[in-house]
Amino acid sequence: MLFLSYLISGISLGSIYAIIALGYTMVYGIAKMLNFAHGDVIMVGGYICFFACSYYGLHPLVGIVMAMVVCTVLGILIDRFAYKPLRQAPALAVLITAIGMSYFLQNSAQLLWGSGSRVFSSVIGKGSFSFFDGQLTINYLTVVTIVVCIVIMVGLVWFINQTKRGKAMRACSEDKGAAQLMGINVDNTISLTFAIGSALAAIAGVLLCSAYPLLNPTTGMMPGIKAFTAAVFGGIGSIPGALVGGLLLGIIEIFAKAYLSTQFSDAIVFAVLIIVLLVKPTGLLGKKINEKV
Amino acid sequence: MKQAKMNRTTRSNLITYLMVIAFFVIFQILIATGNVSSLLKGQLVPICAYVVMAISLNLVVGVSGELSLGHAGFMSAGAFSGIVAAGYLQTMMESETLVLLIAMIIGGIVAAAAGVIVGVPILRLSGDYLAIVTLAFGQIIKSIVENLYVGYDANGLQFSMVKNTLELGEGGKMLITGPMGANGMATISTFTMGFVLIMVCLFVIFNLVNSKSGRAIMALRDNKIAAQSVGISSSKYKLLAFVVSAAMAGMAGVLFALNFTTVVASKFDFNTSILILVFVVLGGLGNMRGSIIAAALLTVLPELLRSFADYRMLVYAIFLILMMLATNNPKLKGFLQSISAKIKGAVGKGGEANG
Repeated sequence: MLFLSYLISGISLGSIYAIIALGYTMVYGIAKMLNFAHGDVIMVGGYICFFACSYYGLHPLVGIVMAMVVCTVLGILIDRFAYKPLRQAPALAVLITAIGMSYFLQNSAQLLWGSGSRVFSSVIGKGSFSFFDGQLTINYLTVVTIVVCIVIMVGLVWFINQTKRGKAMRACSEDKGAAQLMGINVDNTISLTFAIGSALAAIAGVLLCSAYPLLNPTTGMMPGIKAFTAAVFGGIGSIPGALVGGLLLGIIEIFAKAYLSTQFSDAIVFAVLIIVLLVKPTGLLGKKINEKV
Repeated sequence: MKQAKMNRTTRSNLITYLMVIAFFVIFQILIATGNVSSLLKGQLVPICAYVVMAISLNLVVGVSGELSLGHAGFMSAGAFSGIVAAGYLQTMMESETLVLLIAMIIGGIVAAAAGVIVGVPILRLSGDYLAIVTLAFGQIIKSIVENLYVGYDANGLQFSMVKNTLELGEGGKMLITGPMGANGMATISTFTMGFVLIMVCLFVIFNLVNSKSGRAIMALRDNKIAAQSVGISSSKYKLLAFVVSAAMAGMAGVLFALNFTTVVASKFDFNTSILILVFVVLGGLGNMRGSIIAAALLTVLPELLRSFADYRMLVYAIFLILMMLATNNPKLKGFLQSISAKIKGAVGKGGEANG
């Protein structure tokens, strides 16, 4: 029973990682860049929802929608001002810009909202389902997190595979030049990707803060790095890979904490990542690209 | 005797050596005449440590062409083994310089060993995958050091992991206490030692880069398949660059750690790795002189920005973004070049008019 409850909390944590990882993987797939500022967009989403709900007493749903809107706009602005001018630049220059953006968001948050931690009250009411005569309890938040993750995944897969915009995205990630020749507006498509990724980050931020209720300007750092790891774990650029990677990472982390060592849980997660990458160098579901001479 | 014309690489390397020497001499004079604020004086050893970190990372990122996001991990491995070595040696030796030297060598060896352990399996990955694995490795080192307890007493060094189970005898002392890090160390690092370390590392790197091995490393960076097809072993040469770089990072870590009385493992986290990568990219990939200047300036910059108080990290972030945009965006770059051409033109004309 204990095993089952660990498994469920692992899936719940993994779902949050998966939602964040989707943002990384989509942006990587299309713009071929590691968006280090993504973790900090999560933090911004958390703060917006916190202020909407706790300060102005709005309904949690309104708070979430506000967080999504603000993060979407933020994502587009970041892309417009920091990344778009560097489309042709070497990858490392873009990486450093993304890191600069991450510092910028963290320090702006610190100036605007202070460096102290705030206690986030969960957007989902307390309460839980009980099974097997109360031996296994699952709280509402866990259920909501998992459901949200599934809905997002299904929605995204449908969007990417069935809509015209999704087709444009796939085309841009295959070959930008050819896509442009076919009449696709590459810049808009990339902006759209950032918008979707940032909106997802807002949702992830709210769920994350509901589960781990301390909110401060560096809240997004560690989940950001973990989700990035999850994206690589599953094969960066692959959407199902982000889901698989996120879930596995969450489950491994919870199991490592429960059965092996609390202090070393992070080390164990990263060690597993290294081993997986050594066996499958492009991640679990990544495509193997053979170099041609 | 006919004087041979110096080739370009030699001259460029010589300028770099001279620059470091000049920097050292100027600061020694300033210190002797009391013109250096205590704030800046406290920054001198960290600057040296960061300079060494930057040039060693440049060997991996610039010369070998592999992105590493875990360079601070090697710094950490070196720093804490150096702390243990120094703490233990101080009971036996008088000379602080000798203790520091031995600690630095031990730190370098431990970091190099870590470099081999990490490098052998991971260097067969490439690009972003290699980057994420080095990042993961940095986190693992941090986790390990945060749970490490080391102390010594009459029976010698004692270790324990996770929980502090050490029972030290009479006169025993804890050297590393898990998440609290190392406390109460003697600060034996000196600016002179930092200068010597920079010179030694520069010498090693320049000679490596201009040797047969160095050309093999660069050939692998530029075109791996072509290099392998002429018989260059990819794993061997990439590992060489990686391990040399790790050893230098370890020595820099010892220098850095022994400059403070307290050092915690979280000092060498992901952010530090990124900071050093920023030095390398801003200074120019493969350009050692650029790395040195960038490391020195950017270490001092947050201190200089102290008058901005709360805004200094924000200013630093904006500076980073603008720097990258200015040097990489074709439009902005062209605009800046046209301005500097105009200024030069104006100065030139002005000079003619005056003359």
